[in-house]
Amino acid sequence: MAHDGPPRQALAAALGSLVVRSLAVQVATAVVVAALVYLLVSNAAENLVRQGIASGFGFLRHEAGYDVGETWIQHSARNTYAHTLFVGFLNTLYVSVLGIAFATLLGIVVGVARVSRNWLIARLSAVYVEVFRNTPLLLQIVFWYTVMRQLPPPRQALHPFEGVFLSNRGLVHAIPVWTPVHGWMLAALLVGVGASLALGYWSRRRREATGASTPVLWPSLALVLGLPVGAWLLGGAPSAVDLPALRGFNFRGGATHSPEFVALLTSLVAYISAFIGEIVRAGIQAVAIGQREAARSLGLREGLILRLIVIPQALRVIVPPLTSQYLNLVKDSSLAVWIGYPDLVSVANTAINQTGQAVEGIVIMMTVYLTISLSISLFMNWYNSRVALRG
Amino acid sequence: MPAAPSPAAALAERRARARAALPPPVERVGALRWMRDNLFSSLANTLLTLLTVAALALVVPPILMWAFVGSVWYPPDPEVCRAATGACWAVIVEKHRVMFFGLYPYAEHWRPFLAVILYVVAVALTCWRRCWSWQVLVPLWAASLAAIVVLMLGGIFGLTVIDTGQWGGVPLTMVVFTATVTLGLPLGVVLALGRRSEMPVIRLLSVLFIEFIRAVPLVTILFCAAVVFPLFLPPGWNVDKMVRVLIGMGIFYGCYFAEVIRGGLQAIPRGQYEAAASLGLSYWRTTRKIILPQALRIVIPGLMNHIISAFKNSTLVIIVGLFDLLNATGAAVADPLWIRYYTEGYLFVAAVYFVGAFALSKYSQQLERWLAEGRRY
Amino acid sequence: MRTWVPMAAALTAALFLTPSAEAADGPTLAAAKARGQLICGSDGTRPGISAPDSRGVWRGFDVDFCRAISAAVFGDPDKVKYIPLTPVQRFPALQSGEIDVLSRVTTHTLTRDTAVGFDFAPINMYAHTAIMVHKELGVTEGKQLDGASVCVPPGSTIERNVADFWQQKKIKYKPVVIENLKELNDAYLAKRCDVMANFLPGLATVRAYQAPKPEDHIILPDVLVKEPLAMAVRHGDNQWADIVRWVVYATFETEEKGVNSKNADEMLKTQDPEVQRLLGVSGDLGEKLGVRKDFVYQIVKKVGNYEEIWENTVGKNSPLKLDRGLNKLWRDGGLLYSPPFQ
Repeated sequence: MAHDGPPRQALAAALGSLVVRSLAVQVATAVVVAALVYLLVSNAAENLVRQGIASGFGFLRHEAGYDVGETWIQHSARNTYAHTLFVGFLNTLYVSVLGIAFATLLGIVVGVARVSRNWLIARLSAVYVEVFRNTPLLLQIVFWYTVMRQLPPPRQALHPFEGVFLSNRGLVHAIPVWTPVHGWMLAALLVGVGASLALGYWSRRRREATGASTPVLWPSLALVLGLPVGAWLLGGAPSAVDLPALRGFNFRGGATHSPEFVALLTSLVAYISAFIGEIVRAGIQAVAIGQREAARSLGLREGLILRLIVIPQALRVIVPPLTSQYLNLVKDSSLAVWIGYPDLVSVANTAINQTGQAVEGIVIMMTVYLTISLSISLFMNWYNSRVALRG
Repeated sequence: MPAAPSPAAALAERRARARAALPPPVERVGALRWMRDNLFSSLANTLLTLLTVAALALVVPPILMWAFVGSVWYPPDPEVCRAATGACWAVIVEKHRVMFFGLYPYAEHWRPFLAVILYVVAVALTCWRRCWSWQVLVPLWAASLAAIVVLMLGGIFGLTVIDTGQWGGVPLTMVVFTATVTLGLPLGVVLALGRRSEMPVIRLLSVLFIEFIRAVPLVTILFCAAVVFPLFLPPGWNVDKMVRVLIGMGIFYGCYFAEVIRGGLQAIPRGQYEAAASLGLSYWRTTRKIILPQALRIVIPGLMNHIISAFKNSTLVIIVGLFDLLNATGAAVADPLWIRYYTEGYLFVAAVYFVGAFALSKYSQQLERWLAEGRRY
Repeated sequence: MRTWVPMAAALTAALFLTPSAEAADGPTLAAAKARGQLICGSDGTRPGISAPDSRGVWRGFDVDFCRAISAAVFGDPDKVKYIPLTPVQRFPALQSGEIDVLSRVTTHTLTRDTAVGFDFAPINMYAHTAIMVHKELGVTEGKQLDGASVCVPPGSTIERNVADFWQQKKIKYKPVVIENLKELNDAYLAKRCDVMANFLPGLATVRAYQAPKPEDHIILPDVLVKEPLAMAVRHGDNQWADIVRWVVYATFETEEKGVNSKNADEMLKTQDPEVQRLLGVSGDLGEKLGVRKDFVYQIVKKVGNYEEIWENTVGKNSPLKLDRGLNKLWRDGGLLYSPPFQ
C-alpha cells in the first residue's frame, strides 16, 4: 500500500459506499413499492376473474336506468352511466361554487367584525367562529337536514315573502321569466367585467408611468352593474316573474332547491366561513398598524389606504390558507352522501351498487376529486404568485 | 357681581371645587367610558350596536325560555314533554345509554364506561406538563390502551367477547380518534422525512402519496378501506372492518401531519445539519437526536389544528356503518316516541363535541405559550 | 407508504387475521369450519327482516336463513356472526370474501348472477316493488302520483323499477335517494316524500315498526315489478352454493312433509321413507352435501320450517302481519316447490 493510499482510498470507499447505499435504498424501496402494488392489483384481478366479476370501465357506456333528483342538464333513466356520473359531478361543482362564494362573503364579514372596534360585534363574531369551528361538519349537516325535514309539508309551507316558500320539499322562490333581454344583460355584464379589468390595467400602467392615480373602484362598479341594468332598461325592462305555486304534490314554477341541497349548503357555508373569518382576521392583523399610520401621514385617503396598503399586504397572508379552505369545502361536499344530495359520491355509489364494480367506481370518484383539487391549487397558486412579493 | 368673598370662604370654595374636580367627569371613566369607547365610538358604531342589541333582544330571550324555563328534565316521559312549553331534555335522560354506548350489549355497559374513564384520565395526565417524559407517557398509554382493549373486546378474565361490530357511542369515537392520531403521527414523520429526503425515488414516492391522499375526500378513503380493500387481499384473508377504517383514517391524517411536520423540518437552520455531519453523526442519529426534537416542537400548534380536525371528523365513520356517538344519537332520536325532540338530542351531542374541540384548541394555545417560554432563538 | 404496510400487516396478523384453510371441503365451508362460525352479511336495520333486538340478538326472516345454514353446518343455529351492510357495501363484501353468504333482501337478477359474480340460492321470498303513500294525500293508485317526490334506496333494483313505472305511466316524479335506510325512512315519515317505494315487506316493516301511526300509511295495489329475493354466494364455490341451495329447499320440504320444530323429534320415528331420508334417519344426503347427516333435522328443530319462519318474523305472529301470497307451497297455490330430497 502506498503512503498516501489509505486516506484517499478510504475517502473513495466512503463516497462509493454512500452513493451505493443510497442507490440500494432507493432501488429497494422502489422494488418493494412496485411489488406491493403488483401484489395488490394481481390479487384483485385474480379475485375478480375467479368469481367471474366484470371489470373495466365498459359499464360507463351502458344505460344507467336510474334517475337523479337534481340535474343541470337533460337527464333521464335512459342515459348512460357516464352521463349520470357527469350529472353528479355538476351537482358537486354547483354546491362547491355556491359554497365557496357564500363562505367567502360571510367569512370576510365575520373576519372584519372580529377586529371591529365595536366590542359587541367583535364578541358576537368570536362566538360564531368558536361555535361553528368546533362542531363536526357532519353533525351540522345532519342537524340542518333534520330541521329541513321537520318543516311543514308544501300545503302549509312557510311563506315569509311573496314568491318564497319554505317547506319540507325545500326552498322554492320566484325567478324572472327568461327573455332574450336577459341574454343581452349577461353579455353586458361580461363586457362590463372586461372593461373594468382593462381600466384597472390601464390605471396601473398610468400610475407606474406617471404616478398619477385614477379612480378605478367606482367606475368599475358602474360598468359592471350599470351595463346590465342599461341593457335591461333598453330591452323594455321585462319584469315577468315565474311565481311558484302549489299544484298537485309539489310546487311548480320558480326555482326549487331541495332540502338536501339547502342543508348541505347551509352547513358548508357556516362551517367554512368560520375558518375563513379567522384567516381574514389574521390577515388584517398581520398588516402592521405603522403602515396605516405612515400612509395617513402621507395624506392618503382611507379608501386608498385600504386598497393600496392594507388589502395587498393582507392578501399575501390570506391567500395560501384560503386555498386550503376552498379545497376543504370541495372535499367536504362529499358528505352529501349521508343525506342524499345527488353529488358525485352519491351517484357513483348507486352506480357501484347497480354494477357491482366498486373498484372502478371509487377510482372514478378519486380521479375526479384529484382533478378538481389540482385545478383549484393551480389557479390559486397562479393568483398567489400575482399577489406575493416579487423578487 | 356680589361682594368679594372673604379669603377663608374663597379658600373653602376653591377646596370644594378641587374636591369636586378630583374625579374626572363621569363619562370619562368606568363603564360609561368603556361603553363610549367600545360601543358608541361613532355614529355608525352606535347604530350597529343598537341594531345588534335589538336583534339579540329578539332572539336570545325566547331561546333561554325554551332551554331553561319551560324545559323538562324529568320524568323521561314523552307525554310530559308534549305538555311542556320548553325543551325536552328528558330525551337525553331517557336515551343517554344508547347515545353513549350504541349497540354495546346493555348488561355490559359498565365496561365501556370504565374504558371511557380510563381514557379520560390518561388524556388528562398526558396534558399535564409534569408527565411529559417518555418514561411516563409510554407505559401510561401502553397500559391504558391495553386495559381499554381488554375491557371492550373481552375474551379473557371471564369477560364475554364483544365483537367490534357492536362497539358504539363514545368509546368508538374515542377509539377512532386515538387510532387516527397514533397511527397518523409516525406515518406523518416518515412521510415528511421522505419528502425531504435527498434520494429522488423516495422523495417522489412520498410526494405522490401525500399529494394524492390530500387531494381526495376522507369519504372516498373510508369507502376504500371499508368496501374495496378486501378485494385486494388474497382469498381467505380477512381484516376486521373497524381495523381497516382506523388504518384508513390514520393514513389520511398522516398525510396532513406530514405536511405540517415538513414545515418544521424546513425551519431548522442548515447549520444544524452541517454541525451534526461534522460530528460524524449518521442520518438517522442526526434526525432522531437533533432535527426531529426541534422540528416537532415548532409544529405542535399546527399539528393540533389537524388533531382537532381528526376529532371532529371521527364522525365520518358513520358513513361506512360504524356506530359512533353521532350515529348512536341519530338512532336514539329516531324512536317515534321521541322523534320530535331531535333538536335537544343533536344539541346535546353538539355540546359534547364542542367541549372536546374547544378544550383541545384552548389547550393548544396554552401549549404554544409553554413552548415559547423555552425557546432561546 | 413504506411504514403503513408492515404496520398494518403486523397489526392484522396479531389480532384479526384469519388464515385460509385448504381442505377437501370447498374453500368457503372449510374457512367457516376453521373459524367455527358462519359470517352472514345482512341488513340490520329492518325489524322483521333483519335487525338486532334491544338486547343485541339478531332476529328476522333473513336472519333465520343464516341460522338455518349455521344449524346445517354446525348443528347450532347461533354460530353466526352478522355483518350489517348498507346497499352499497353488500356486493363488495361478498365479492371480497368478507362474508360467507349474503342474506339481505337481494333481488335475483341476471346482472348479479353474471357480471357481479354471484350464485343465487332458490328464491325464498317472492316480493314485488310496491309504493306506500301518506293516507292524507287521498291517493288510491299509482297513476295519480304525477309530480310526487319518491323516497328510494340507492343502487337497488327498486330505483330502476320506479324510473320505469313512472315512465310507463307517462308522469313525472322526483327521486329522493338516501343510502342510509334510517335517514330514508325518516325522510318519508317526516313527509319529505309523498311516496316511499320499496319491496313490499320492506314497506310493511316501516309501517309496522317505524311509523308513529301505522294507519296513516297505505300501500297502493300497484305491482311495479316482481322482486324475487334470494340469498347469494360467491360464484365459483359450487359446494357452498349447493349447501345454501339445499338449506332453503329443506325449509320448503319440511313444511310440505308436515315437519316442524315442535314435532321434529316424533317425526324421527316415522315409517315414511321419504321423511326418514329427509331427516337423515336413513340415507346419506347430508354427507353428499358435506354437512351433518341430519342437517334437515337440525334446521327444522332449531330454526323451523318455512311456515314457522315466515309467520314468526313477518307473518301472523309478528307486527307485520304479511299474507304469504305467492310464498305458499305449490300445492296451496304458491310458488314454493322443492326438488326431491333423494
